Amino acid sequence: MSRRKTERLLNLVICLLATHRPLSAEQIRQAVPGYDPDNDEAFQRMFERDKNELREIGIPIEVHKDPWEDDPGYRIVRQAYELPEITLEPDEAAVIGLAAQVWQRASLAEAASGALLKLQAGGVRTDLAESPLELRVDTRDPAFPALWEAVRDRRPVTFPYRSAGSESVLTRVIEPWGVVSRRGRWYVVGHDRDRDDVRVFRLSRITGPVTSVGRPGTVTVPEGVDLRSMVGFQELPSERTALVRIRQGSCQGLRHAAQAVRTGTDGWDEAEVAFADPERLAGWIASLGPDAKVIDPPDAREAVIRRLKGALQ
Amino acid sequence: MRSDRLPRLLALVPYLMSHPGAEVPEVARLFGLSEKQLIDDLQLVWMCGLPGHTPGDLIDVSWDGGEITIDNADAIARPLKLGVDEASALLVALRMLDELPEFKGRDVLARVIAKLEQAAGDGAATVSSQVQVEIGAAPDAHAVITDATRRGRRLSLRYYVPGRDEVTPREVDPLRVVLVDGRHYLEGWCYRAEAMRMFRLDRILEVEVLDVPADPPAEAEPMDVAEGVFRPSDSDELVELELTPAGRWVAEYYPCEEVAELGEGRLRVSLRARDQSWLVRLALRLGDSGRVLTPASLADRVAATAKEALANYDSVS
Repeated sequence: MSRRKTERLLNLVICLLATHRPLSAEQIRQAVPGYDPDNDEAFQRMFERDKNELREIGIPIEVHKDPWEDDPGYRIVRQAYELPEITLEPDEAAVIGLAAQVWQRASLAEAASGALLKLQAGGVRTDLAESPLELRVDTRDPAFPALWEAVRDRRPVTFPYRSAGSESVLTRVIEPWGVVSRRGRWYVVGHDRDRDDVRVFRLSRITGPVTSVGRPGTVTVPEGVDLRSMVGFQELPSERTALVRIRQGSCQGLRHAAQAVRTGTDGWDEAEVAFADPERLAGWIASLGPDAKVIDPPDAREAVIRRLKGALQ
Repeated sequence: MRSDRLPRLLALVPYLMSHPGAEVPEVARLFGLSEKQLIDDLQLVWMCGLPGHTPGDLIDVSWDGGEITIDNADAIARPLKLGVDEASALLVALRMLDELPEFKGRDVLARVIAKLEQAAGDGAATVSSQVQVEIGAAPDAHAVITDATRRGRRLSLRYYVPGRDEVTPREVDPLRVVLVDGRHYLEGWCYRAEAMRMFRLDRILEVEVLDVPADPPAEAEPMDVAEGVFRPSDSDELVELELTPAGRWVAEYYPCEEVAELGEGRLRVSLRARDQSWLVRLALRLGDSGRVLTPASLADRVAATAKEALANYDSVS
């Protein structure tokens, strides 16, 4: 944006805030330096663009259409423009500082620091108290900004998606209800139109651009929907127990996690390990190589052997 | 010129109004500007004002001796209200903080959230409840370690290193407690490694606060965690793996230098690892859903280890 344009827009904001009565476009043309005094069409175009730019940064321009006037009037209502008075206790100011740094370098960094600046400009003290905590949430997934906007604007979206372990990419159309970060990974929850059901998608598996396929405000989030419980994959209770032989002096992690470890006499100990899914257990035991061996149950034992054979090739 | 200049000016003017006598360097830093850029902003503001634009209508700014004073800017004396994105970014983060043991039993977050929601209006309150960051339960050690970090006490740890599958005792001077990628870490000077280290809190098996003040050496500088905690160095060995759809999770969990689609959901990834034994474990875990392409020495080692492990199952147990 050129310096001249910034000057014109700043003058326009001041003019529209200072006026008590709505001003017509012509009055604004006279009052704000920088508008073309001769060419009506050029002025109209420029004025339209300026209004749009102000609205884009969140400035509410009120339009008055009086039946007895030909031209609409414009002004900015102070109450709608200004940050309300807000005072923070010292402990409150410290947590705002902590919250603002969470998004540093994430796609919300600009929004967070903009908010902090406005609060400080409004006289709020937000000095960062010495805190030993350093909190970072990342939004590295390219799909994040578009989904944040879709959730904010309540717009349905479509994107290409590869399900876990799937060979193909399918186009999904969803009405997004929310985005949730769990254990450092982002998910979007919504109503899948083709499947006519609720679905959860991991942002890292979205393989292309996220595009809107509907007008703002056309997504309705069901009352009382619990996004988190939908994203939380159902951890099965570890109801089964495996008997695993482990070489003495090895498998420290497994020893720590085991329910019981019995010391053997032949250089091997015996551990009892609780598990739910034999495949997950097999992945773990296989990773320990020749230091661990499943004795029982047979399905977990077979799963380990299968993995080891797979790794042979 | 950056297009965010107007929003900045609309915050700068009220800031200067509410902080009379603020100094150029301090204000420049706060707004992320050089001093020259700040002066340029002030010069621009000085050209603006009420319709008429006679000297009496213009905003009056001076920065003589580095102290900034501003007058005649009543129309824009208050900052613009928070936008939906701005308020939501703070609200989502504040709701996330609520899960930290640090804030257990304190009402400060609820107070701030209420004030912000009031200042921001309905839109932000709604959006911020639709965007949630779940950081999960912090391990019990979190509160103890945070407190010791604040008080500057040395810690004695028993720490599990899964890559080498060993538990080691460590003495650590704590610098920060970090949350990154959804996990909690202690960052501090490790006397065993004689270097800065990140310790995942859920791998700290025992922690004891020593009656010794933390006294890290001058070179103990916190690392930049913006790119994640696990950052292999260029000197680490570069390894190429081929993954089937069932093994694609590797590309999501570990930072890969290159990821290439091979069709039918198969991937070729290259990643660096400090420790070859970690890679052997990974390959064994993957079974037939992953295959080491290069280096050949690693592929051989995986096959040999798998063979040795399978031999366990041949013998009568």
